[in-house]
Amino acid sequence: MKHLLNSPMVKKMSSLHFVIAILFISTFYVTLCNLVFPEGSLLHVSDYTVSLLGKYLCYALLALAVDLVWGYCGILSLGHGAFFALGGYAMGMYLMRQIGDRGVYGNPELPDFMVFLNWTELPWYWAGSDNAFVMILLVFAGPGLLAYIFGSLAFRSRVSGVYLSIMTQAMTYALLLSFFRNEMGFGGNNGLTDFKEIFGFSLQSPNTKLALFIATAVALAIGYAISHFIVNSKMGRVVTAIRDAEDRVRFVGYKPQHYKVWIFVVSAMLAGVAGALYVPQVGIINPGEFSPLNSIEIVIWVAIGGRGTLYGALVGAVVVSYAKTRFTAIMPEAWLFGLGGLFVLVTLLLPKGLAGLVSNLMDKVDPPSKAKQSEDPALQATTAENK
Amino acid sequence: MLRLFSLLFFCVISFNASAAVSETQDNSALVALVEQLPSTKLNKMAPLIKAIAATSTPQVQDILQPLMTGDLYYLKSNKQVVAAHKNEQNQYQLTDVLTAEVLPAVAKSAIKKVRTNNRLRGQIRDLLANLDLTHQDKTVRLEAVKQLLQNPNQTGITSVTNLIKGEQDEQVRELMLVILLIDQLDTGSTAEKLSAAQQLSGRLESKVKNELVKQLDLLPEQPENEELRAVLSQSIDDIEQQATVYGLVENLFFGLSLGSVLLLAAIGLAITFGVMGVINMAHGEMMMLGAYTTYVIQQMFPNLIEYSLLMAVPAAFLVSGFVGVLIERGVIRFLKGRPLETLLATFGISLILQQLVRSVFSPLNRQVQAPQWMTGSLEINPMLSLTYNRLYIILFALMVFFSLLMILKKSSLGLHVRAVSQNRDMARALSIKSSWVDAITFGLGSGIAGIAGVALSQLTNVGPNLGQAYIIDSFLVVVFGGVGNLWGTLVAAMTMGTFNKFLEPSMGPVLSNIIVLVGLVLFIQKRPKGLFPQKGRSAD
Repeated sequence: MKHLLNSPMVKKMSSLHFVIAILFISTFYVTLCNLVFPEGSLLHVSDYTVSLLGKYLCYALLALAVDLVWGYCGILSLGHGAFFALGGYAMGMYLMRQIGDRGVYGNPELPDFMVFLNWTELPWYWAGSDNAFVMILLVFAGPGLLAYIFGSLAFRSRVSGVYLSIMTQAMTYALLLSFFRNEMGFGGNNGLTDFKEIFGFSLQSPNTKLALFIATAVALAIGYAISHFIVNSKMGRVVTAIRDAEDRVRFVGYKPQHYKVWIFVVSAMLAGVAGALYVPQVGIINPGEFSPLNSIEIVIWVAIGGRGTLYGALVGAVVVSYAKTRFTAIMPEAWLFGLGGLFVLVTLLLPKGLAGLVSNLMDKVDPPSKAKQSEDPALQATTAENK
Repeated sequence: MLRLFSLLFFCVISFNASAAVSETQDNSALVALVEQLPSTKLNKMAPLIKAIAATSTPQVQDILQPLMTGDLYYLKSNKQVVAAHKNEQNQYQLTDVLTAEVLPAVAKSAIKKVRTNNRLRGQIRDLLANLDLTHQDKTVRLEAVKQLLQNPNQTGITSVTNLIKGEQDEQVRELMLVILLIDQLDTGSTAEKLSAAQQLSGRLESKVKNELVKQLDLLPEQPENEELRAVLSQSIDDIEQQATVYGLVENLFFGLSLGSVLLLAAIGLAITFGVMGVINMAHGEMMMLGAYTTYVIQQMFPNLIEYSLLMAVPAAFLVSGFVGVLIERGVIRFLKGRPLETLLATFGISLILQQLVRSVFSPLNRQVQAPQWMTGSLEINPMLSLTYNRLYIILFALMVFFSLLMILKKSSLGLHVRAVSQNRDMARALSIKSSWVDAITFGLGSGIAGIAGVALSQLTNVGPNLGQAYIIDSFLVVVFGGVGNLWGTLVAAMTMGTFNKFLEPSMGPVLSNIIVLVGLVLFIQKRPKGLFPQKGRSAD
């Protein structure tokens, strides 16, 4: 173990390469197993699992977005689900228009729910929604614009800490209420669903699902690389400094609000992309995604994985989501107990999350201090053995 | 004596009793009339019923009421007229209508119904209503007059004309006058119409306005009617103006009652968050526990529903307060000075509590009954009535608020709480047990949330998600009012409630809720410290 960790190759590898390598290998493995091995084979990965993994990767990207603002800038957003859902709705609108005249009412222009509401034409904000480029633009612009407006208002007036958290929660709650209204033109309570195809490929086909999974993995890798680049850049240093002592940063001559708005917008866009990739894989988007509970669940992924470490967010999202899938299937009653307990225990016992736990263990195996040799004879012995 | 007096009273004021008649005479007349009932044909029935009513004896009600509802029979054997009700053995329970004597139950074959038709039933209804006009209880009289105002009929108007001079009660007399004025407006000469329209100005009964509008529409377009037209529209304008004012008052009342609910929900938070600085996301669940405590108490004492709320208030305080102390001792004290972590941990606790309630009481909503004294409404005038449950909530919220204020300002506990929140180290140096104070403060805040839950159980469904609906609003109220400022919380809650209710008629409940939320978010951007920011060194 020690040998491996100390090998020059691993030392040179930053966490960026490491994460991307793992992502690449696992995606490749899943694709291979899905395509090559026949159904019933021990190594076969079912289409269902592929979709499920794709969902987890979306969550991971979302967690990454939250980690960027919370872990590195100290902005605890309890409303990131709103950006996720907005991205999802942008994709949902596009998918809705792709149904064309195959809907229940067979109207080539209007989605079913609008026909049902006796609307005669598309609302102005649906204009161009059948165009893929407009959709991609919206996926970035929708969440980004909301984040920009909200962020620049909040950060300029120096709302911070708990107040900001509560305001983000109020924001997503207000959006939840608005999207429940039929008059909003987003399908009200039922949301957007019954999608048929994306970019001309049927959403039912296993190959499309696999492609979506791969696309999500690629998006996650890119998102991770961007985040990694940001936090290691000079700007990232300032952002971290804002997290630790905002006033001092201001006194030194920086304008913290600019940095905060900027990172908030980037993070919202990442969340929007996650939402856009999520919708075609689960086949529905409804106002429930705006619920404050969802946003808080994202925060717990990050908290469990370990905030302030980008890979921790990914690990947290995947582990907790996997646990949720398992537990809600086995004993649905216990899941909320489990989730609630996790919140309490992690904040009490693991303030740095799983990543903190791992790095503590690593430190034990390979203490960073110079005077480590004399400290622990047992450890010394094992070290000698490994050598 | 009283009976005799009331009989005399009836005799004197009833419209055909111009000559005083003795009781025995009267009764024998009634007996003779009642004896005719079984043998009278349907088309001769109307004058007979009228004659019976005209005797103005106390038995009239007992005869006409069952006749109207189809419960009046006569025995086939001796033609005795009785009121009959089917009992469980499918037999008929008989009561003599004249003597009120209870007779042995008989089978259906032994009796025969006294027949009526719809027209007669209508006539009886009018007669009975007018009978109530002379009732000795003034609330019954008032009810009868109101009835007559809604459905005017000629007999009623005639009797009102006769009765109005002898009427003692101011309110009844006023309504009687309104009835007569409306009649005048309908049938009188132009001069009478003019004076009636003038006098009706400012009356709030909906019937008055309808009648005025009707008259205005019916009025032919002629120059000699111009004066009447002007008076009519003037009166209608007056009434409409009053209606707007009372509409505003009603909206204000709704707003204040919503504000009181918000106040109740937020006030516990004002302590835990405002004074202690602890973000308690499980605050809503403390309310939920309070509501469930009410439910449990009602289940335990099903015979004492009237008192269940009074019992539930201290019980809910204890239950929620106890859970609050547990949370403080178990979790929050380890997270001092880390508000965001506290937020997450208490959110976890709220999930656990919700699931706990779901497992114990099932995820379905539970029905909490409202005691009798909470139902109904206080009618101030025909356009404005305040429901008792909202009224009580307002009073209750203010009571809780002021008791809390007293505790914080006047008691030694309050002194300690304030001392610890202002300067923990200094307080400790003065031998205040700060950890004990923390636990008690948190328990107090949670207990008050429990009390709020008791009130909420009367307004919304009691279910596991009850608390979640209020948590965001409560935080906003506290932040809006200014953290650590109880008066600010009061003002903020009432402002939010009133705003919401004033926006609601034009925008619907959801949109007004959204607008208030957005408005608050914008407000907090402008003034991050709320309406009444704390001043001085403890502010940061």
